[in-house]
Amino acid sequence: MEKTLKKYFLVFTLPTLIAFAFAFIIPFIQGVYLSFCEFTTVNNAHFVGLNNYITAFTGGQGFLHAMGFTALFTIVSVLSINILAFGIALLLTRKIKGTNLFRTVFFMPNLIGGIVLGYTWQQMINAILYKYETTIVANAKFGFWGLVILMNWQMIGYMMIIYIAGLQNVPTDLIEAAKIDGATSWQTLIKVKLPMVMSSVTICMFLTLTNSFKLFDQNKALTNGAPMNKTQMLALNIYDTFYGKTGYEGVGQAKAVIFFLLVAVISLCQLSFTRSKEVQQ
Amino acid sequence: MKKKIVSALLCTAMISSMLVGCGSSETAATTEETATEEAATEETTEEAPAEEAAADDTASAEGGSVYYLNFKPEVDEAWQQIAADYTAATGVEVKVVTAASGTYEEVLKSEIAGSDAPTLFQINGPVGYNSWKDYCMDLSETELYKNLSDQSLAVYGDDGKPYGIPYTVESYGIIYNDAIMQKYFAMDGAVATSMDDINNFDTLKAVVEDMQAKKDDLGITGVFASTSLLPGEDWRWQTHLANLPVYYELKDKGVTDTDALEFTYSDNYKNIFDLYINNSTCAPTLLGSKAVTDSMAEFALGECAMVQNGNWAWGQISTVEGNTVAEEDVKFMPIYTGVEGEENQGLCTGTENFWCINSQADAADIKATEDFVAWLITSDEGKDIMVNTLGNAAPFSTFGDDEKPSDPLAKEMFRYMENGKTSVSWNFTIFPSQAFKDDFGAALLEYCNGNMTWDDVKNTVVTRWAEEKAATAQ
Repeated sequence: MEKTLKKYFLVFTLPTLIAFAFAFIIPFIQGVYLSFCEFTTVNNAHFVGLNNYITAFTGGQGFLHAMGFTALFTIVSVLSINILAFGIALLLTRKIKGTNLFRTVFFMPNLIGGIVLGYTWQQMINAILYKYETTIVANAKFGFWGLVILMNWQMIGYMMIIYIAGLQNVPTDLIEAAKIDGATSWQTLIKVKLPMVMSSVTICMFLTLTNSFKLFDQNKALTNGAPMNKTQMLALNIYDTFYGKTGYEGVGQAKAVIFFLLVAVISLCQLSFTRSKEVQQ
Repeated sequence: MKKKIVSALLCTAMISSMLVGCGSSETAATTEETATEEAATEETTEEAPAEEAAADDTASAEGGSVYYLNFKPEVDEAWQQIAADYTAATGVEVKVVTAASGTYEEVLKSEIAGSDAPTLFQINGPVGYNSWKDYCMDLSETELYKNLSDQSLAVYGDDGKPYGIPYTVESYGIIYNDAIMQKYFAMDGAVATSMDDINNFDTLKAVVEDMQAKKDDLGITGVFASTSLLPGEDWRWQTHLANLPVYYELKDKGVTDTDALEFTYSDNYKNIFDLYINNSTCAPTLLGSKAVTDSMAEFALGECAMVQNGNWAWGQISTVEGNTVAEEDVKFMPIYTGVEGEENQGLCTGTENFWCINSQADAADIKATEDFVAWLITSDEGKDIMVNTLGNAAPFSTFGDDEKPSDPLAKEMFRYMENGKTSVSWNFTIFPSQAFKDDFGAALLEYCNGNMTWDDVKNTVVTRWAEEKAATAQ
């Protein structure tokens, strides 16, 4: 069997490998190269060394501010999404009537695109703030919480499905044993159910963390960084650098490389941390 | 056994289809590479292809095609029709792609790097030329330049050759609804008796404030349409209105460009901006949710008497559903800001639409593109399209007096050009970058929300101007 696998390895994987190379590896390498160049269009670049990386961190670029804002947003939204999603998942695995309907309804926001959501929520939030004669772009706090609400609304359903799947896989004999031993429902939850769904926690944390960090569409549509780029997140900052300023394409590219490393390092750390908490069934 | 054969067949079919898919993408990639190489060689030989094309007239246009990257979404349909008509008449393929509002630079950036790059595109003036000069062809030998009625309007490179040709002239000012104004003038205690009285900022302010006080009697919710400050919708203020103080400052200094704007006329800007936001259809703190279409709709529905915009706005006003403004009531007034001698100031007239031909395109495509634009400005059919379909006030000598757009705002524009008032030229083509404009707009929004003082706004403008000018000069 192993021999046949080795024999046909190339036949089966080559098409995917080629596609992967064209759609991912080559553009990625080109992107890294371009971050060391000054260019207007990608086939008209000349090498400038580390200049772009130095410029990226100078003042007036807003890169560090965007990083801080993104980090704060990520912490708040990862916590709120996972706690709420887990809570709803617990409720919906209790055999309440209409569970399936609720699951569908909660999952639905996830099917709508980010730009549409951004504009819809902008209208809704502005409609409420209208009463107080203000708008979402009047204060950076409004924009921040608007983004958090939007992100929660969109992501909770998806995470909930993953948690439900995890909770349904907790062996009933373990729960029964805990009950017989006199564990309260809180103790059952913390000491039995939670360790058993740690694999779900890993994946949910990973998804929310990376999605929050890379958030772009919603940010662009909801506030577009207003007021004064105070609600600008990393991805939007890169986009604005690349397209908004002539001669800054290379700086935008350098920021994108830094951004990639940052996301990769943080998500790998998170993965190894939550993985270590997983238990074998 | 049979089953195995069937599944084996299915597998091979699947894999081969995958391979075919990849194969074609590979060839696409290689052609792209050769195209880039070609472009590179063309770059080194510079104008050679253009000259070749000129020498060999019809032969080289054959097989060439035109790809126009259109700037204005509002005339996209018209362009698609023109492309189809031209192809039907001459057999030359014309492709028109329109960039979504506010994304032109981004689309151009990605399109021009591709193998099928636009042959005809547009720049917004000297700043645009600076970022696209590697792709702009010398146009001195084209019909476009030869027929330009005022050759000073073209965008010139450092070598003194024309690289961008304006295809339209536009004006902006304060558009007012004459029916509402006449209603006001007929009221007891009106501050002015006719539009002729309003020829400076002080009178305008007195009239506007009096009208705002009597808005219920006039049947309006505010004098000015909302000052749209939704991010991306603020170009009427950070670009158009900002043109006036820059115009006067440059005039005082006797220069055409500056690396250090002092914003000496910032108080004049504040005059008119305060008048706009305090006598409007909504509170200043709500302006962050308003788009340009909101403002134009308010004007079209008769909810306000004035709105700052240009002659292109007629298309928007006339198509709003439930529009109550009569065509003959739509008029223009210059933007007064309290500058000395402004009684003789006219509308802001100029252009930021310059056609450029892609110097790195194939010689045949360049020839086809030259023919296409020449057809637009010289043939009767083309001229008719330019004027009546696209609504362009084309600055070419090939256009007669009767070949001018006839919508009310265009008529007003020509009236102001001919009545001896001094037009304010468009100096925002020297504004350093989009980032500068965005930051200016953001500062204005903060000012409206009470988070910034006017001095902060002024500082933002001065420092960001200097920073961005320095950055783009590199």
